[in-house]
Amino acid sequence: MKEVLIDIKGLCFEYGIKNNLIGALEDINLKIEQGEFVCLLGPSGCGKTTLLKIMAGYLQPTRGECKMKGETISGPDWHRGVVFQAPSLYPWMNLNRNVEFGPRMRGLPEDEINRIRNHFIEEVRLSGFGMKSIFELSGGMKQRAELARVLANYPEVVLMDEPFGALDALTRLDMQALVRRIWQKNSTTIFMITHDIDEALSLGTRVLVMSDRPGKIVKEFCTDFTNTIFQTNPRHPKYSDNYFKIKDEILDLIHSQDED
Amino acid sequence: MNMDDKRIKTEKIYTAVTWLIIFLGWYLITKFDIVSSTLVPSPYKVWMTFLRILSSGYNKISIWAHLGASFERLFTALILAVITAIPIGLLSGYFKKIKAVVDSIVEFYRPLPPLAYYTLLVLWMGIENTSKITLLFLAGFAPIYIACVSAVNNIKQDYILSAKSLGADQRQIFFQIVLPACLPEIFTGIRTAVGVAYTTLVAAEMVAATSGIGWMVLDASNFLKSDVIFVGILIMGATGILIDMGLRFIEKKLVFWKGYV
Ligand SMILES: Nc1ncnc2c1ncn2[C@@H]1O[C@H](COP(=O)(O)OP(=O)(O)OP(=O)(O)O)[C@@H](O)[C@H]1O
Ligand SMILES: [Mg+2]
Repeated sequence: MKEVLIDIKGLCFEYGIKNNLIGALEDINLKIEQGEFVCLLGPSGCGKTTLLKIMAGYLQPTRGECKMKGETISGPDWHRGVVFQAPSLYPWMNLNRNVEFGPRMRGLPEDEINRIRNHFIEEVRLSGFGMKSIFELSGGMKQRAELARVLANYPEVVLMDEPFGALDALTRLDMQALVRRIWQKNSTTIFMITHDIDEALSLGTRVLVMSDRPGKIVKEFCTDFTNTIFQTNPRHPKYSDNYFKIKDEILDLIHSQDED
Repeated sequence: MNMDDKRIKTEKIYTAVTWLIIFLGWYLITKFDIVSSTLVPSPYKVWMTFLRILSSGYNKISIWAHLGASFERLFTALILAVITAIPIGLLSGYFKKIKAVVDSIVEFYRPLPPLAYYTLLVLWMGIENTSKITLLFLAGFAPIYIACVSAVNNIKQDYILSAKSLGADQRQIFFQIVLPACLPEIFTGIRTAVGVAYTTLVAAEMVAATSGIGWMVLDASNFLKSDVIFVGILIMGATGILIDMGLRFIEKKLVFWKGYV
């Protein structure tokens, strides 16, 4: 069995103060192992971002625990990279400076910084744009730069919050292929929130479905479509019956949430 | 781009026409003696006075010395305001305890008319430059300080969170993220400060001074030299615009990404 990186037990989270509490998460139990690609689906406002923020260390759980490699997560650190819902590249730095931000802040030697930066800029296919300002990049390029910036730290876990939500369908397919390639090549561990069932099924090795607020994980699917259907030609996938069966089941789950 | 160029061009034409009409009105008023020429001198007379002051000065002091005296006060005070208000303002935005201390003081003196406490400053520090620089410093400090506090409060949280997750420590976050992210608002604050300090300067020189562009206008009014008053006002207006243009130029270089976030 592989090493457990993230271990969440009986986690609850409430927003607000004393008399005005909003329960956002209820009794979440989740283990993420090294090399997994976990996708989280759920209706809007169910607490997905909240869970990710707890894992990142931005929020502390109200009850229960959230540990990384056996140690309670008490704050953000560079072992857990975060890709935000909206791009958060720094507009006062050019692309190069953005991508090398992590290694530079951690005080790595200059030639190491250069090597890492060039490697990841190439990895996300942005070579030649290094000196460009952020506002000169397209939406898709910004998300790729954001990804490169997070990867440059070689984090043990990458947490992504609807990273491609703002992109058009074609760019989104490209980005999914890119993330899949990077995940397979570097055997990274990825936790990704999405509202797109196809995206979850095409990337994840495990797909979690969350209930409406307060969010609970209601079902878990182990999938391997990312290594089978989408491996050879991600643009023209040959879907299997099993794929549609799981997709229908997830759709039913999410819609049954709406009806209550 | 093309649309923008065209829009800017029409705007410039509007500005030019506005001023043309103002000058024409001025010319006509004096031409037909609608108002006594002691009160409103003709454009020609003002122009001649301007040339005279330019070549031989006012009250045996050259115009450059008057301007120099004013600008020395203005810029010393502003530089002091910038180097103190930015760090104190940013820290106030960052640490609520510092804010609790500084905010109440700034909020107290800011609405006071500067000339009210200027009288006190003159009593304490004399009529010379020290009291004036202190006055301008106080006038310029408040807008920069307030802009900094608000800038820190408005900063996009994702910038700070992502920096933490990328491994930056508190100090690095302050210098690499908070400071640059606040620059656009800081610049707006500085430009407001320059405007406030400039008007305060002229007022201060009118109360107590022996040189400076504000003093020149006051002295001229004592002798009913309306042409000199006109020249003084036009010079003040023009230099005010020039200073703001300079600041905007620096802003464009330094905050080149403004408007793209
Ligand atoms: N800072 C906050 N204070 C109070 N309530 C909050 C706060 N942030 C989020 N919430 C509430 O907690 C619930 C979960 O929010 P969260 O952002 O985690 O949802 P989400 O699943 O990420 O939604 P979406 O898919 O729309 O991004 C929502 O009902 C929201 O109203
Ligand atoms: Mg969300």
